Amino acid sequence: MAAGFKTAEPLEYHRSFLKENCRSDGRELGEFRPTTLNISSISTADGSALVKIGNTTVICGIKAELTMPPSDAPNKGYMVPNVDLPPLCSSKFRPGPPGEQAQAASQFIADVIESSDLINMEELCIEKSKLCWVLYCDIMCLDYDGNLLDACIIVLLAALKNAQLSEVTINKETDLAEVDIQKKKPLKINRLPVEFCRNDKNDSIIIVDPTAEEESLSTALLTVVTDEEDRLCAVHKPGGTSLSGEKLQHCINRAITRNKEISKLVGKVIESTKTAK
Amino acid sequence: MTELDQSCSVLREYGSEQSLLSKPDGSSTFVQGDTSILAGVYGPAEVKVSKEIYDRATVEVLIQPKMGLPGVRERTREQCVRETCKAALLLTLHPRSSVTVILQVIHDDGSLLSCCLNAACMALMDAGLPMSHLFCSVTCAISKEGQIIIDPTARQEKVRRTALLTFAIESVECNVLMSSTTGSFSVQELQQCIAISQKASEQIFQFYRDSVKRRYSKIK
Repeated sequence: MAAGFKTAEPLEYHRSFLKENCRSDGRELGEFRPTTLNISSISTADGSALVKIGNTTVICGIKAELTMPPSDAPNKGYMVPNVDLPPLCSSKFRPGPPGEQAQAASQFIADVIESSDLINMEELCIEKSKLCWVLYCDIMCLDYDGNLLDACIIVLLAALKNAQLSEVTINKETDLAEVDIQKKKPLKINRLPVEFCRNDKNDSIIIVDPTAEEESLSTALLTVVTDEEDRLCAVHKPGGTSLSGEKLQHCINRAITRNKEISKLVGKVIESTKTAK
Repeated sequence: MTELDQSCSVLREYGSEQSLLSKPDGSSTFVQGDTSILAGVYGPAEVKVSKEIYDRATVEVLIQPKMGLPGVRERTREQCVRETCKAALLLTLHPRSSVTVILQVIHDDGSLLSCCLNAACMALMDAGLPMSHLFCSVTCAISKEGQIIIDPTARQEKVRRTALLTFAIESVECNVLMSSTTGSFSVQELQQCIAISQKASEQIFQFYRDSVKRRYSKIK
């Protein structure tokens, strides 16, 4: 009977839970779904990670290639993030060129990488104006159940921490690059951005970590990315109903606590692979 | 606090013109300093069956850059403008129709997203589409010393380690409708920028009021 009500009147169904200060899957308004993280899942990639936030599953693979640095920044390497939402993850996405949500997510990730100074780009440079690393970060969603941006950022972070780059030396005589596959050196990560999605329903109720249904019924979405020094790297709210100052502050505080939870999780996973070796 | 008063509530010279194009239902240009955007609105009009929504209008936004084809950057801007317009328009009055907003970048000298949003709002007003509230947008730049500059030029935006915050403010309660940021900043700086943007938005709303008053006072 509840299933019938849920299909016929989804908004009323969810509202009846919100009135009791909880949600249809039993969570509190401010509770996140259980997050699991797995790294080095892809052996052919230089770094990879898989994250599951409830049902939302996102995988990231990092490939490093050698290239010439861009002419406007000759002493820096660069990163190329790409978010892919294949038809596999949800019936909303059709096959073909990337849709608007995928493109907007890719741009958002690129902006967060730049805003948070995630990696010192000068370290990716091997020889000024001649050779540098370019990191292709391919983020693919395998199961879309809401809160995509959060999963993308966590998986990118974990994959970067897991990535190992070979040492490259330039042979002075031949002027060619010699790659030493044996020696690997991990990347240094400066800040730890953690995204956090809030969702504003009709009566101005704020819920955290929405599922795909809750996202479709919401009237606004807010994403806050903080780093480990509690500075904000992104406050992304693409339109929707208005948000007052106190609600925004509440969201930011919740983001800061979530940052600590996620950095602990990522740290634990990286440590466990080190001890396993 | 003196840094706040210095360059904060000074928007660049802005201006707008409405009803310049004959084919769109509503059109406007919005100029902020040297940044200029031309907006055209078609609606309510026919919508493709695949895109129609049974109980409300479908809003589409297209942003054409000055050079080249629209890319990924334009998609994020389109998403911001579209969601802001959707929140402001009374879409349930026109079910199974489409409202299309087309924005052409004439010149980009900083605060591009803000200018797009302001031009979109003026064009929607010109088209006579029913809205529950008006919106305007302000961009703030925070330099690495912590100084807040409102409505920055392209040169001020490009300075290294400058955080850029763009907010769309609605006219009824001056709350934040849309927020898009790049660069990192503290929570206090965010609150200061929101307060400054809300103050500057009052000037822009007054400008909307004056321009509409001036326009309709000529019609007998």
